[in-house]
Amino acid sequence: MRKLLILSGKGGTGKTTAAAAFIRFAEARAFADCDVDAPNLHLVEGNLGEPECFDYLGSHKAVVDPEKCVNCGSCQAVCRFDAIGADEKSHFVNEFACEGCGVCAAVCPQSAISLRDDVAGEVRLYMGERVFATAELKMGRGNSGKLVAEVKSALLKNAPAADLAIIDGSPGIGCPVIASMSGVDLVLIVAEPSVSGISDLERILKTAAVFRTKAVVCVNKWDTSPEKTEAIERFCAENEIAYAGRIPYDAEASNAINAGKSVADIDCAASRALREVFDRVTGQLTGSTQ
Amino acid sequence: MTVAVLSGKGGTGKTFVSVNLAAAAKDAVYLDCDVEEPNGRLFLKPEQVTSSPVAVPLPTFDGEKCTGCRRCVEFCRFNALVFVKNRPMVFPEVCHSCGGCALVCPVHAVTETPRPVGTVEEGLSGGVRVVTGILNPGEVSAVPVIKNVLQKGMHAEGLTVVDCPPGSGCSVMESVSRADYCLLVAEPTAFGLHNFKMVLRLVRLLHKPCGVVINKANGEYSPLEQFCAETGTPVLLRIPYSAELAARTAAGEVAVRRDAAIAGTFRGLLDEIRKEACDEKTADFER
Amino acid sequence: MKIAIPIEENREAVCVSFGRAPYFLIHDMETKTSEIKANPAAEAEGGAGLKAAQFVVDTGADALITVRCGQNAADVFKAAGVKIYKALSTYADENLKAMAEGKLDELTSFHAGFHGKS
Repeated sequence: MRKLLILSGKGGTGKTTAAAAFIRFAEARAFADCDVDAPNLHLVEGNLGEPECFDYLGSHKAVVDPEKCVNCGSCQAVCRFDAIGADEKSHFVNEFACEGCGVCAAVCPQSAISLRDDVAGEVRLYMGERVFATAELKMGRGNSGKLVAEVKSALLKNAPAADLAIIDGSPGIGCPVIASMSGVDLVLIVAEPSVSGISDLERILKTAAVFRTKAVVCVNKWDTSPEKTEAIERFCAENEIAYAGRIPYDAEASNAINAGKSVADIDCAASRALREVFDRVTGQLTGSTQ
Repeated sequence: MTVAVLSGKGGTGKTFVSVNLAAAAKDAVYLDCDVEEPNGRLFLKPEQVTSSPVAVPLPTFDGEKCTGCRRCVEFCRFNALVFVKNRPMVFPEVCHSCGGCALVCPVHAVTETPRPVGTVEEGLSGGVRVVTGILNPGEVSAVPVIKNVLQKGMHAEGLTVVDCPPGSGCSVMESVSRADYCLLVAEPTAFGLHNFKMVLRLVRLLHKPCGVVINKANGEYSPLEQFCAETGTPVLLRIPYSAELAARTAAGEVAVRRDAAIAGTFRGLLDEIRKEACDEKTADFER
Repeated sequence: MKIAIPIEENREAVCVSFGRAPYFLIHDMETKTSEIKANPAAEAEGGAGLKAAQFVVDTGADALITVRCGQNAADVFKAAGVKIYKALSTYADENLKAMAEGKLDELTSFHAGFHGKS
């Protein structure tokens, strides 16, 4: 199974819009939404039926037993994550800040602290003719990388026969992005032609390079700044980064998404341009040049 | 007063709003907590920039003192330690810097040394003090850099604007922790609304007063406005989509510094925020 | 020589994941006996590859046969002097046979970790 991951660095450049279009063009039988902090792909994939849902256990969380606590403050003194507070009766753990390291439990002289399983999110698996894996992280949680790994593994386990899997990634360059890059054959970076977009493009490319992941770039909403678009094209040429083309800003694309459709379901300038980008990207995936 | 600007969905205009809000005020501090992709500095172009590294403690093991009891390896909940050829070995990117191994070692064979994970830059842009957190590519956790930015940036007088990362995960939680008021920047689209709901829940959970700026509005998608009305979330400003504004932003301009009308709009927004934040404070006091 | 192989629930097929394989098969080439041991890292929150690598090193294995392996686990094996070979076949016993016949290549490329860290 070949895996195509769609990333952007900067948020809001059109990853999910592109992913949804590619899923149609490829008639993909396996796809996943690894933007576990803010998943959106399911909104345009309609007709999915009911998913199987699995609790995602993140790190443990420390819990103080107020009956045993004598308010000595030893736990608060050693906590590196500012995760322990206190009132007149006892100390307590802030579940959002707690990283489950267990140091507080180790120092508590009353053995009043235990580490408990924490349901940090949910994996949702839609199994039909097409297999779609997605997840949502509970708010304020970390360990998103592990959840991303679970989404990918759910996809690979349940759709082994599919020859192409399309993965919608998340913005940024941190934990969930790094986890999503693992084991993919190609990353498509959807760039925005603006100073922010260019800066973020460089950072995501550096991140991909750290993990030795092959990347190809396309520019979305290119006509909002033809000058910056050309700057990106020059940058790719100078740094020998594969370039898959440009897509114009198209109000029709937003209208399609707001109606719950993939851009590829309608005929417009953006969908035609996306088709060309798709053809070049699949060319890169199979190794042929176009 | 500290105002955190957040959005849920990426690309709605957090940086656009935070940069312009800070520039419109007198005596403001702009904190860029989107340390994975810090962009405020591209607009504000700070001068006299000084830079300091952000490091996290990493354990090192003294082979002479180590008795091979492996208590450190057993303790580590992140499996960052391995015992090979008679000494412990640490894997830095899995280590959470909790200090547990050093704590449990019976012979004090563990010392912690700083490992750099990012940088914080400080500079000046007109009347705005700019503090930018930058995470090193390849590092997984933004939180230590965000904490450092907040420490360096918080000040009692005047306005502090915190530009938050997208999403509603632990980085956002950390960035919002010291805010007096949360300004949610939403875009009127199906994706925008979906992610907006998530971040609104986060803000309510933290009991932070909040208001909304609807950006790139074109009057066509009503579910967002309906949702704000239903949840009693005040919409403080609607910014219409403008190709010209988009182009200027793409070029890195700070709109309030170029356009008097936009400067007026953002000063108005600041007044609205101050009023809303004040009402909340009074209401709290009366409770 | 002792060889370790990550295996599936069915205890016959090689597991594609190293860190989270449910079991390890440990085969002693001298005594020609095999043991199957549960992998303590299978349900690990993070650093599964590291925990699994520690486990394999502790069994006294001299070599590992696997489909793939992360960089972190590979570093552990390098430090411990355990050689890593690329699995040729789906079945553990066929791989052991190939090993005895010197037909297996060393695994030289490793993937980045999944970073189960907040």
